[in-house]
Amino acid sequence: MLLGVLVVLVGVAIFPSRAVAQENPPTDDEVNAIAKGLYCPVCENVPLDVCPTLACKQWRDTIREKLALGWTKAQIEQYFVEQYGDRVLAAPPPHGLNWAVYLIPPAAFLVGVAVLVGAMRAWRRPPIQPRQTEQPTIEDPYLRRVEQELQERA
Amino acid sequence: MLGLLGLVGFGQLRAQQGPVGIGSRAPEFILTTFDGSQVSTADLKGQVVVVNFWASWCKPCEQEARELELAYQTYKDQGVAFLGVDYVDIEREALAYLDRFGISYPNGPDLGTRISQAFRTQGVPETYVIGPDGRIAAVQIGPYPSFEAIAAHIELARGK
Amino acid sequence: MIEEVGYAALVLAFALALYGAGAAASGAKRQRPELVESARRAMLLSWPLISVAALAIIALLVSGRYDVEYVAKVTSSTMPTYLKVTALWGGQAGSLVFWSWLMAAFASAAGLRRWDRDRDLLPWVIVVTMVTLAFFLSLVIFVENPFRRLWLDPLGNTLTAFLRPAGARPLVPTDGQGLNPLLRHPGMVIHPPMLYLGFVSFVIPYAFAIAALVERRTDDRWIRVTRRWTLVAWLFLALGLILGGRWAYDVLGWGGYWGWDPVEIAAFMPFLSGTAFLHSVMVQEKKGMLKHWNVLLIILTYALVMFGTFLTRSGVLSSVHAFAQSAIGPMFFAFIGITSIVSVRLLLDRWGSLRGENQLNSLISRESLFLLNNFLFIIILAVCFLGVIFPLASELFTGQTVTVGPEWYERITGPLFAGLLLLMGIAPLSAYGSSSWRLLGRQLWVPGAASLLVPAGLLLSGVQNWAAVLGYWLAGLVALVTLYEFWRGAVARHRRHGERLPVALVRLAGRNRRRYGGYIIHLGVVLMALGIIGIELFQTQTQGTLARGEQLSLGRHVLVYEGLTQFTTPDGREISRAEVSVYKNGRFEGQLFPRQDFFVAANQPMTIPGVRSTLEEDLYVLLVGWEPIAQQGATFKVFDNPLVNFVWLGGVVFILGTLVAAWPDRETAPVRRRVPAGAWVSGD
Repeated sequence: MLLGVLVVLVGVAIFPSRAVAQENPPTDDEVNAIAKGLYCPVCENVPLDVCPTLACKQWRDTIREKLALGWTKAQIEQYFVEQYGDRVLAAPPPHGLNWAVYLIPPAAFLVGVAVLVGAMRAWRRPPIQPRQTEQPTIEDPYLRRVEQELQERA
Repeated sequence: MLGLLGLVGFGQLRAQQGPVGIGSRAPEFILTTFDGSQVSTADLKGQVVVVNFWASWCKPCEQEARELELAYQTYKDQGVAFLGVDYVDIEREALAYLDRFGISYPNGPDLGTRISQAFRTQGVPETYVIGPDGRIAAVQIGPYPSFEAIAAHIELARGK
Repeated sequence: MIEEVGYAALVLAFALALYGAGAAASGAKRQRPELVESARRAMLLSWPLISVAALAIIALLVSGRYDVEYVAKVTSSTMPTYLKVTALWGGQAGSLVFWSWLMAAFASAAGLRRWDRDRDLLPWVIVVTMVTLAFFLSLVIFVENPFRRLWLDPLGNTLTAFLRPAGARPLVPTDGQGLNPLLRHPGMVIHPPMLYLGFVSFVIPYAFAIAALVERRTDDRWIRVTRRWTLVAWLFLALGLILGGRWAYDVLGWGGYWGWDPVEIAAFMPFLSGTAFLHSVMVQEKKGMLKHWNVLLIILTYALVMFGTFLTRSGVLSSVHAFAQSAIGPMFFAFIGITSIVSVRLLLDRWGSLRGENQLNSLISRESLFLLNNFLFIIILAVCFLGVIFPLASELFTGQTVTVGPEWYERITGPLFAGLLLLMGIAPLSAYGSSSWRLLGRQLWVPGAASLLVPAGLLLSGVQNWAAVLGYWLAGLVALVTLYEFWRGAVARHRRHGERLPVALVRLAGRNRRRYGGYIIHLGVVLMALGIIGIELFQTQTQGTLARGEQLSLGRHVLVYEGLTQFTTPDGREISRAEVSVYKNGRFEGQLFPRQDFFVAANQPMTIPGVRSTLEEDLYVLLVGWEPIAQQGATFKVFDNPLVNFVWLGGVVFILGTLVAAWPDRETAPVRRRVPAGAWVSGD
């Protein structure tokens, strides 16, 4: 089963034009599905599918042509990267320095956890506990809290 | 934190510099033209090189297209090279544009937007005139208003 | 004449700000109260002076003095008067004056408060606010002078200068360029002032924090004094962000309200650190903990406020929102660097004396959960920061620019926001001090179990997106826990005082506005989460080119293209307006008129969506193209944005909650009441 899927996948990858070639012209939605993930340098930070400039319209037309030729999404993206650089992709492609944007957040998270755990550990062992008397003693601490606040504010 | 400040400082510096300035050394690049040949600015040392950034979708570029070609025809035999760098464009549209304005000097796409990044351009059209010493002699942001304006820049670059 | 008066007022205000800072500092050092008082008066005078300058700019704008560079840049004769007035903040120079004006207003308001108990803080609050003010004024005086005029030199070149250059004659254009069309929207008119208000009012708590550091006051007085300032800052920042989102939704025409654009994030970052601050100060007030952290957070927030202002103005980032590149960038950069280093240095210097009673008795006590909350906010902040500056780093080291788009932010911050929702569901039930899982469990199990109905219902109705199911479950949990808290409080009062329940509810909220205002804010967040999850995960869209009479369908909606009209307006727009009939489930719902305005002078198109808005969803129709000659065919892009109106609704609730929390108490002398039993003021 798995092997079958693999074979089909490989087949699709190797013979894209045959496997995916379309008889009908690609629809706007198919074009936009790809354009949504691309960024044209002319409209910075606005995805290609909604950018109104003429340059972006030409890009969308190019996507349409490539789709009509049976290109896959990955191939089209690769084409744009070759033509216009990595900046056309919605996120930095994972190579070289770009790994930073994928590794720093989890690393920061882990460092943060470590700091947090360290702080919590250090603060758990107070030298003396003079405030132990202040601990809620009433059965329902919530009720006690409400009562206490009401008294404070009355 | 200092590293981050440094990084932002770099961005600031770059933003402040704007496009490559007059007098600074022009970035070297290799232009792969639409007909497949390669032109390297390194081979053009000693000549005046006019580098024009344009695109077929760029309306203001059309204002200067004929004047640039006229300048090319006027100066091509006098040691002045013209290079057209086509910024973020589609080849078919670009070829139609070149055809429409009868442009005959070498033109090619700005692959990976590397050339425009090296020149730190901020849009199209922009034109950089490089003197024989390899330094920027004149910069035109926006279209040239006239043939004379182009000629003046070329003369300026030659005079250096 | 007007220009000279305006400029003179600015210069005078600048001199006063410098004098005020200097006099206050030396008055404090040399124990001379009369110097401090003189500094305070200088501070109070700065506001009227900058008001004169701002009024001068407005007078120039309204009277169409196009010989003034700024006026020619941001107004044109066809603009309505209200836009001419608000063009005060439509461009770089004017908005810097506006910023200074707000800064002076807030500084004055702080200067007018009763200082009896905090005399020692006053001089340093003056120093911080006046140094900040002087910085902004120096930008307008030396670099971005709004009163500069246009001149023509003998060679025919256009010059801009305040004083007439030798041999030049005045250049008086017949009309100005006009405000950027995208900014001519009511949302955009009030969005910047809201953001600036938020930015500026964060300066006040920062000033008090620095003052407390300098004076070696280690109690939480600075926090208590500035609690309301912080809430006001936060309120305006939230309003600014929400209005900005609304503007983007209405004007930018990409079917959404938040695009993770660097400039949006620049305003979002101080909001994140400010939110962390609002939560963590409660821990210091109640438990005397986290003293270093709170100072650090407010320093960070101040730095981010400056950084946000800097990013939009320096040309470092390219963005739809950015001002043009300007020479003020390096000055901003230097100011941020110097203030951050000085502040952190000061904090490190006082580190030892700030040691609080850091003590955690339980991992699920309220203070621990607040710590987790801060942790998540700071991680989100760090992610945002990384995303904003990574393209710069990439360009520096590899020469290649990259895009860091919404997908990246959403994938990374999504789980973190979910974590915040979870905390929001648990923390209100936890207690300060010691708490145990058993105690917490006893409180949590009722709302927790009830909230499981949400995912169950969603799964039964066929929702398969697990992120949505999880998100809605968490939102449901927060809503139930929050409502449960209101309910229990009201019932407790009802039992104790015999009040009727609605009365008990209002009195409850009135008696502890901060807590219940906070809970209302949480409910607002829940509503926003409904909308955000809805549009993020269930937005559908389609696009098609239609001839007249043809239809396009999206889900249960069918659109029929009825026709296109084109006309020109007196203010220089060429408008193409399509007429579309909308049917839902086969029933006629009404007509929409998506259009494109082309601003001829600015050579800029603007896509105005036609929106059919219900609580359930927005049908958002864009006209993206048309055949100009035959006017037969037109291309439409249609979005179905489910639940998006909950974002706005939640925004309103959010703001209301903040108002409740920030509303001044009727009773004066807040200090006496503000020290709850169990909290103490640490005196070292």
